[in-house]
Amino acid sequence: MKYMENIVLRGEKISFSYDGVKVLKDCSFSVGNRDFAAVVGSNGAGKSTLLKICLGLLKPDQGNIWLFENSIDKFEEWDKIGYVPQRIMNLNLGFPATVEEVVSAPLHTSKKLKNLTKNEKKNLTDKSLEAVGMSQYRNRLIGRLSAGQQQRIFIAKALVSSPQLLFLDEPTTGIDNKTEEDFYKLIYKLNKDDGITIVMVTHDYTDIKSMVNRVIQISDGGISDKIHKDEDGDKK
Amino acid sequence: MMEILQYEFMQRAFIAGIMVAITCPLIGIFIVLKRLSMIGDTLSHASLAGIAAGMLWGFYPFWGALIFTLIGAVAIEKLRKTFSKYAEISNSIILSAGIGIAVVMIGLAKGFNTDLMGYMFGSIAAVSSKDIYIMGILSVIIILSVIVLHKKLFYIAFDEEGAQVSGVSVNFLNMYLTILTGLTVVVSMRIVGIFMVSSMLVVPVAAAIQTGQGFIKTTAISVIFALISVIFGLVLSYYFDIAPGGTIVLLSVGILVGVLFIKALRKRK
Ligand SMILES: Nc1ncnc2c1ncn2[C@@H]1O[C@H](COP(=O)(O)OP(=O)(O)O)[C@@H](O)[C@H]1O
Ligand SMILES: [Mg+2]
Repeated sequence: MKYMENIVLRGEKISFSYDGVKVLKDCSFSVGNRDFAAVVGSNGAGKSTLLKICLGLLKPDQGNIWLFENSIDKFEEWDKIGYVPQRIMNLNLGFPATVEEVVSAPLHTSKKLKNLTKNEKKNLTDKSLEAVGMSQYRNRLIGRLSAGQQQRIFIAKALVSSPQLLFLDEPTTGIDNKTEEDFYKLIYKLNKDDGITIVMVTHDYTDIKSMVNRVIQISDGGISDKIHKDEDGDKK
Repeated sequence: MMEILQYEFMQRAFIAGIMVAITCPLIGIFIVLKRLSMIGDTLSHASLAGIAAGMLWGFYPFWGALIFTLIGAVAIEKLRKTFSKYAEISNSIILSAGIGIAVVMIGLAKGFNTDLMGYMFGSIAAVSSKDIYIMGILSVIIILSVIVLHKKLFYIAFDEEGAQVSGVSVNFLNMYLTILTGLTVVVSMRIVGIFMVSSMLVVPVAAAIQTGQGFIKTTAISVIFALISVIFGLVLSYYFDIAPGGTIVLLSVGILVGVLFIKALRKRK
């Protein structure tokens, strides 16, 4: 397989079920370096499940995930991965945490980054907040921001460890159209200018069709092995 | 007020009370934010079984409480995995087991005595030097653990999956937090009493959250609220000769109501 060297994420015949209910069957896919990949499919198709498998949060029944050419169970450089979960709706709005505390959280937990000085951590946090245009809110409580702003903070948190691969799960749910447009511009910029590989779940990808160069389609019924790639067309 | 400190038992009560006021909110903040407020009740009922066992078989009740809360803590975490869809069930099971064992043993020991009442409702006169010594060791373990782990515990409480992706050992730390909660119950039971330990874990933190600060400030404020409740609670309970647990918890509820009242006034302006 000659295109292997640039693959940052690969799923190999993934099957997964919740308590015996099959959600994914024999799913194979790959995402190349600097790709903008959309994971699409109807509600309940298994998009979030697939993302969680890629992140090691769920173990597949069969098959394997490869991250940066390492089998996921051997993979250790989690700083390279950012994750924005599909959770803006269940965020506890009363949670007593400032924007700065939220965004800097990964800096204190990653093996590589936790030894940075206080100042270095602060700089990385600042840079991340700046990237999403939220610098002036650093001391605000997370619950006092609008849904769109909170989503930006979650992106900033995912960006703080300078990831090369960013997973987003329906990041624009509950956000108005204008904010959504700005938000897509931001993601597009991260992809094009900063070279971050994007894997984004969306139930409706008409809005982002022009930015995306790879589509991972999970078909109805929750079981799929369909993948098409717009650019290199190497569908098996 | 200072003259009450000339009594040695009051000195011990204050030292014990201050340990409670520091450890309860430090653990309580994570318990509350993870929506596990029930766990304090569960583990305190497990500790009651341990105390009853100690009294029945004549060994130091603290050891009984320590062993039973630790077993309870591990069992809750294990059961939580088994009943993953109904997390609260694991609490109910352990609570039932704890209270059941306690009642049977109290029956076998031919009923209640003042010693047992002291553990249930808190006591200022009953705190011994040995109690203080053990409470001190447990408090140091709790405080050091929180100092070392608070960033990770915060991340787990805020976003468990995100923390796991960042390489935090979520399963281990959830178990460890439950064990620390068990130790906090044992530290607190002497002064505030088994029935009110859970309130000390939750109420000062609930009041502090209402002040609308970030995580570190909220934690600090909850310790201050707990210290105020404990110190004034002990003084009141000395002068009116009542069990300290009730006065301490009522004072912390009073602080919560006060904070809510001030917040409501501010909003109207
Ligand atoms: N924790 C879970 N336990 C059992 N079933 C689940 C769980 N999470 C999701 N499912 C089911 O798996 C299917 C796929 O879910 P999900 O991956 O969230 O879909 P999507 O993100 O595409 O909407 C759905 O039918 C959903 O009901
Ligand atoms: Mg989903």
